[in-house]
Parts: sequence; structure tokens; C-alpha cells
Amino acid sequence: MTGIVALYIFMLAAFTGYEVIAKVPVILHTPLMSGSNFVHGIVLVGAMVALGEAHTNLEKTIGFVGVLLAAGNAVGGYAVTERMLEMFKASGARQAGAKRGGH
Amino acid sequence: MSLLSASLLIQVSYLLTAFLFIMGLKRMSSPVTARSGIVWAGAGMVVATLVTFLYPGLTNYPLIMIAIAIGSAIAWISARRVAMTDIPQMIALYNGMGGGAAAAIAAVELYRGEPLGMVVGSLAVIGGLIGAVSFSGSLIAFGKLQGLIKKSYRFRGQQIFNLLILAAALADGGMIVTGAHPGAGVVTALFSLALILGVTMTVPIGGADMPVVISLYNALTGLAVAFEGFVLGNAAMIIAGTVVGSAGTLLTQLMAKAMNRSLGNVLFSGFGDTGGVAASGTLTGSMKPIEAADVGVMMAFAQKVIVVPGYGMAVAQAQHKVWELCQLLIDRGVNVRFAIHPVAGRMPGHMNVLLAEAGVPYDLIADLDEINAEFETADVALIIGANDVVNPVARTDKSSPIYGMPILNADKAKNVIVIKRGQGAGFSGIENALFYLDNTRMLYGDGQAAASQLIQAVKAA
Repeated sequence: MTGIVALYIFMLAAFTGYEVIAKVPVILHTPLMSGSNFVHGIVLVGAMVALGEAHTNLEKTIGFVGVLLAAGNAVGGYAVTERMLEMFKASGARQAGAKRGGH
Repeated sequence: MSLLSASLLIQVSYLLTAFLFIMGLKRMSSPVTARSGIVWAGAGMVVATLVTFLYPGLTNYPLIMIAIAIGSAIAWISARRVAMTDIPQMIALYNGMGGGAAAAIAAVELYRGEPLGMVVGSLAVIGGLIGAVSFSGSLIAFGKLQGLIKKSYRFRGQQIFNLLILAAALADGGMIVTGAHPGAGVVTALFSLALILGVTMTVPIGGADMPVVISLYNALTGLAVAFEGFVLGNAAMIIAGTVVGSAGTLLTQLMAKAMNRSLGNVLFSGFGDTGGVAASGTLTGSMKPIEAADVGVMMAFAQKVIVVPGYGMAVAQAQHKVWELCQLLIDRGVNVRFAIHPVAGRMPGHMNVLLAEAGVPYDLIADLDEINAEFETADVALIIGANDVVNPVARTDKSSPIYGMPILNADKAKNVIVIKRGQGAGFSGIENALFYLDNTRMLYGDGQAAASQLIQAVKAA
């Protein structure tokens, strides 16, 4: 990938991120922050490559910690976001929600 | 599989991942599709992770798998067990892990000592720096919200001290980039300085401002991931990291705005936990108590009731009882709405999550702009666990620290009922003029117990 292509990707992705979030209602701020927190868990693939190409023990140790942290970011981010969003229901689903809520 | 087709498969899969991430985030920005959004994004993550195992020249497979297994297990268990009230600090924790991972990638590249070139070297250094700051800063934010760190440490010249550390880190980074063979010592110094900076930047910030800080670190981690993506030539990391970087920056601004604070103010002033010194001599009248039975009758025969929940309700775990109460009222034909201030709960949107957990449908929940005009036609405004967000001095008293903050106009309702544990001031330590109004009655007691009493009272009415 040449530098200028990478810059194009960077610019377009920055606009995309802005546009996707621009009109989000306040009620979804917390889930969305959690969701975007999950998305940067993609650092996992970079950490895997870093550890996979590590030679010295120092590199391996740091790479190992990196993969461990990145996996935590991805999995934890997914789990809390999913837990939160699972609970959002409209009135139509009220009966089901009420049953859980009553106890 | 030949090397060529493996790398083509990887590239195409990363493209698919980027598509799934963006679609996922898009769907997450509407309550109707939000649930499926995280599933889309999750599918993207699985695709990217699996295909990365095919990366040409990759070794250390056992180590990779063990690290993924340990990290995933810890995160999965902690995420499943955490209470919904503690979600903000978990986001901080997982975000810090991502920042740490980005820093680790940079560290591996830099310790290897092979010349990276000016541009790639700079990106590796800056990405590593940002990642490490986000790592240690997020851990401090986690510690504060979790109650592990109770004080906000400040000393004179703290900002200058932070600037000096940043300058030293940048100078050190410059040596790494320009030096022919950067020694391990210089690299270690870079990450040590960055980790210290994250700590010293975050410890002075008070608990109330922490959500904005967490959101900022979230954006920074995204940026760090994008930079390390450049270093590794990994398009999925560049796209996902940049999208999060810009979306996170916007989200940070929206949050700061909802709290009536500028980002600079949050980072450099430290209102978040001081307060408590606001002058309050001007309040007249007295707080007038009321019995639960009377409130029950009042609400049972009302046409419109607006509930204003605050973090206090969640702490008392009263949201389930409050929803039970509201359902009784709805069944009697009362029009019930929930009014959510942007900073109700620990961060914008947090209260919606807590109400959703109790089973409250989201279309009964209104935010400030939607509902503020409706208080004038409400028979009862039930304030439970909220304080500063309904304090009318924010409209009138220029000397008050919360002056100018948009508030819910609960004082405009015909009757205001405040459920409150005792007579003390709110989170910020500011006296609440609402409590002294003629149309306000105080129902003293624990949120959960008070809600139970109200349920009995409404049933009896």
C-alpha cells in the first residue's frame, strides 16, 4: 500500500466515522461508545501479526501481552455492548420486558 | 494455499470486515436496529481474526492462541458478571486494553530496531505514545469509577509538569525516528514517559467528568490503532481505527456539550469533584414532607405523570420497583413518561440502559428537548434520585457552578414529588432550589422502599 493510498483511506474513513455518528440520539451514546470501543478491538489482528513475527524473547513477551490485551478489548467490548443493546425494547415487547422487570 | 492467494484472501476478508464494522456502527445509531448492529460488527471481527491466521510467514501459533484464550476468557467473564451500573468503568477497562495492545505493536516494531523510515517510524512512535497514554489513563479512569482511587490528586504546576513529560516523550520519539540504530533504552524511555503521562493527566480529573475522559481515550485508542495499521500496512486496522477515532471525537464533544462543559474545561479545570462550596444563602421557604399514601392518591388520579430518574435511583436498585409503579399507573390510564437528562447516570445514555434493564420500553423515555415543554401540562413530576439536573438555579443564579447547564423543567409541573434519602445536597454539593418551592413535597426514604410504598398506595387508591 502506497502512502498516498493510505492517506486516502484515512481521510475517507474519518468522514465515514463522523457521518455515521452525527445524528445519533443521546439514548444511544453509551452503547455506541461501547460499540466503537469494540470496533477498535481490530487491533487484535495487528497484535497477532506482531507476535507471529516476533523472534527475541522480549518481542515475544510484548507481543503476547499485546494479543492478550487486544483479545480482551474485542471480547469484552462485544459482550458489554451486546448486553446493553439486548435490553432495548419498544412498547410492543413490553410484556416480555415487564416479566423480567418485575423481579 | 499459495502465498499470493492467501494474501488476496486476507485483503478481501479485511475489506468485508471494514464493511461489516461500518454497517454495524450505522445500525447501532438507531434503537430499532441497534441490537443487530453489534452482531454485524462482531461477525466482522471473527472474519478478520480467523483469516489473520493465514498471514504469510506467521509463527508462534501456540503463543497466539494461548494469549487469545486467556484475554478472551477474562474479558468474557468480567463482562457477563458486571452490574449495569458499572458499565462505564468496564468500557474504560476494555478501551485501555486496546490502547495497550496498540502500544505493544509499536513496542515490538521499535525494539526490533530495524530502520522503519521516517514516515512509518514516526507513525509507530506516535501511535505507541497515544496507545500507552490511553492504556494507563483508562486504567486510572477505571480505578476512579470503581472506587479504587478515591481522591483527585492535584499539585501546583501540574499542567506544566504534564507538558514537560509530553515534550520529553516527543523528543525521545524524535531520537528513535532519526537515530540509525535506536537502542532499547530509548524505546523503553518512550513508553515509560507515555505511561506516566496517562496517569498524571487523568488523576486530577473528578469522577463526574470521567465519562468524557473515557470517551476521549476511546477516540485516542482508535487513532493509535489506525497509526499502527499504517505501520503494519493493515487496511482493516486503518479503517476501523480511523472510524472510531473520528466517531469517538464527535461523541466526546456531544457528551461534553450535554454536560455543559468544554473539553478543555474537563481536562484542565477539575470541577468534577470539588463543588460543595457554592454559596446558597438565597433560598427561602422550607422543605415540606409528604406521606407515601398521599402521593399514591395524587398519582393514581393524575392524567399525566413524568418520572425524572437519576443515578441515585440506580444505586438504590429502585428501577424495577419504579417501573412496576408506572405500569400500575399506565393500567389506570395515566399518561406516564420518563424524562432523561443527558447526564443522568454516569454518562449520557447510561440511564436509558438502566431503565431498559428494568424493562421500560424506550418509546416511553424522552430526552430533555422532547419533554421539557410537557412539564407544564404534567400533574405530577416524580423526581427519584436526581438532583442537579432539576435544579432551577442553573437558569437563574449566575454564581452557581451549574449556571447555564440545561435542566429538566420539573419545577413547572403542578406537583413535584422528590424522593430523597435525606436532606443533604446533591453530587456537586449544590443546594437545590426546587426542593423549597411551594409546589414541591419531599418523600423521604430509600428509593426502593419509597417506590414499594407508592405501589401499595396506588393499589389502595
